[in-house]
Amino acid sequence: MSKHLKFLTALAFGVAAAGLVAAGPASAKVEGDTIIIGSAISFTGKYSTNGIHASNGYNLGVKRVNEMGGVMVGGKAYKLKIKYYDDESTPLRTAQLAERLIKQDGIKFILGPYSSATTKAMAPITEKYKIPMVESEGASRSLFTQGYKYLFAVLSTSEQYLASSIALAAEIAKKNGRKPSDVRVAMAFENDPFSLDVRAGVIDDINKFGMKIVVDDKLPRDLADMSATLTKVKALKPDLLVVSGHSKGAATAARQIKELKIDVPMIAMTHCEAAKIVKLFGAATNDFLCPTQWAETLSYKGKYFGTAAEYDKLFKATYDGYKNVPYQAAQASAAVLVWKDAFERANSFDTEKLRQALSETNMKTFYGNIKFSKAGNNIAKPMVLRQIQNGKFNVVAPSKWASHKVNWPRKVPGM
Amino acid sequence: MLDNITLLAIAPLLNVQLLLDGLFIGAIFALAAYGLALVWGVMNVKNLAQGDFVMMGGYIAFVMTKLGIHPIFGLPVAIVFMFGFGWMVYRVIIYRVIGKDLFTSLLATFGMAIVIQQLLNLIFSPDVMVAESGFAIRSYLGGMVTVADIKLISFLLAAVLAALVITFMKYSRMGQAIRATAQDPRAARVMGIDTERVYAFTFALNAAICGAAGVLISMIWVLQPFFGMTYSIRAFVIVTAAGLGNLPGVIIAGLGLGAAEQFAGFILGAELQQFTVVGLLVAILVWRQVQQSRHRQVVR
Repeated sequence: MSKHLKFLTALAFGVAAAGLVAAGPASAKVEGDTIIIGSAISFTGKYSTNGIHASNGYNLGVKRVNEMGGVMVGGKAYKLKIKYYDDESTPLRTAQLAERLIKQDGIKFILGPYSSATTKAMAPITEKYKIPMVESEGASRSLFTQGYKYLFAVLSTSEQYLASSIALAAEIAKKNGRKPSDVRVAMAFENDPFSLDVRAGVIDDINKFGMKIVVDDKLPRDLADMSATLTKVKALKPDLLVVSGHSKGAATAARQIKELKIDVPMIAMTHCEAAKIVKLFGAATNDFLCPTQWAETLSYKGKYFGTAAEYDKLFKATYDGYKNVPYQAAQASAAVLVWKDAFERANSFDTEKLRQALSETNMKTFYGNIKFSKAGNNIAKPMVLRQIQNGKFNVVAPSKWASHKVNWPRKVPGM
Repeated sequence: MLDNITLLAIAPLLNVQLLLDGLFIGAIFALAAYGLALVWGVMNVKNLAQGDFVMMGGYIAFVMTKLGIHPIFGLPVAIVFMFGFGWMVYRVIIYRVIGKDLFTSLLATFGMAIVIQQLLNLIFSPDVMVAESGFAIRSYLGGMVTVADIKLISFLLAAVLAALVITFMKYSRMGQAIRATAQDPRAARVMGIDTERVYAFTFALNAAICGAAGVLISMIWVLQPFFGMTYSIRAFVIVTAAGLGNLPGVIIAGLGLGAAEQFAGFILGAELQQFTVVGLLVAILVWRQVQQSRHRQVVR
């Protein structure tokens, strides 16, 4: 509660301060020696938890860049600053605020909002005014099929979230002397744009290997019950069960897999960390496979934060109350680094030159490599798959970054 | 769809699993629906915040776990707290809308639902939470049927609560006053019943019942500030199907709805599980209409 109160007070001050700034002359993109980047992000409403994680990531990125000498453009060192608005987790508001940032505040550089839905609302506006946006929190692949030219995303797109689990299942089948096409897959996805994107990626890979789908259920958004679906899974005994449905889906699946004693050799689901399933359901979650954008155990390294582990340490030292650093924060910091890199390579504040520089980004960071496709998504960083092994999240795929061997079939004590 | 029906025929034990899961959750639906039937029948207020009361109860159990107390002990706490909360809500809002037209009470309770959701969101964040009972999970019939102890305990607790409320309504002075007021508020007033107090008590009792249902839900499903709607919808379906003032009907409809949902989820897929709930309501209303038009003809 106190965290929220503190946050509310901060927000009230923020709003008051924003009002004062707005009352002055329409501020430009660069004021004195400060480059101002605009962001409408969710400080309140249903995305607020992750919105705050992301803004913490942005702030840490800005702090680090400024501490290390700022951004060099035309031989002069500039400091970075972010102008925030709260989009209240509503895409409509995000779009209004994008107009406001660009038209009223004169902002020329944008950091993305939190969530695919709000990013989808913002992209048409930035595109209309030809303002480049670097975003780190909108993974939906539909963002990258619209031909947007000013949108750049540092994270892996949603269809990659669970696709790696299909490849892993094929690999394991081969190792056991079976054909990948013999693998039978049960799928349970929430009926929302993000999860359906994840599903589309899974289906592409299933078709590639010629696997068989035995259950394909779509869970309603506000229903926290999967027992009918899982009863089917229990009867059909598939080789792989994939689940995606935000934190609700992960919590419901973990709880009911435990209650119904579902014995499937391989289970993969998104949002394991956010739903805190290990803490809540203990050993029953053993050997679940969980995809992640980033993990502090990866051997990624960059100039600004050092290794992933060093970023993890710095983040925890900077912000209270974090036991684990969410990847939402890490990728937000990475987006700030992308902006800094682009400013310096463009050596200009001209948005067209910056767009060009952004599209040529090729950098190594603590968050992974960053290189954008023509569509604007990052193609240099894979999604990694972690397995819950004795309560710890260990990277098991892809093999290049794996720190541990995958456990197969999954073993659950007492089953 | 046909595959799934065949599956049920080949492995009949699956039916047992679905039926049990359905009955366990149906009992909790019935509890929330009973509260609604009470408020609807006695005060003619259709409470759209029913599900949000349930969520509040759930969060009370969640807070208990945070304090290191087993969530099942949240039951008495939720009952007492929600009774007080219900009484307060009656004094502040509900008494103004009794006797007004349908839309006033719908709007007032809908607004209340939004306020509760946003308050829960501010206090607990929009993250999904659960309370874990840590109770054993038992397998029967060669592992084909599993029953989590917490579900069985919830079912029994729901039954005990329902029995207590029924006894209370039948034999206590207040229970009789509530029933009298439901039949004819004016006559009740003439007989010296303080109907204002009866209304406040009824609404508070409803909130307490919902709170109890929420505590059980927290250990079986999940909590989220905006998930109350799930229970509101089911409560309305059950009460509409059973008819007001028909307590055995509410219980049977609740259990039936729970089971129907599980079978629909299995046969038609989870995406049609909730559709079934609303579909059943439409079917029941149509059937009622036909039945009543026949009755009307007889009367004519």
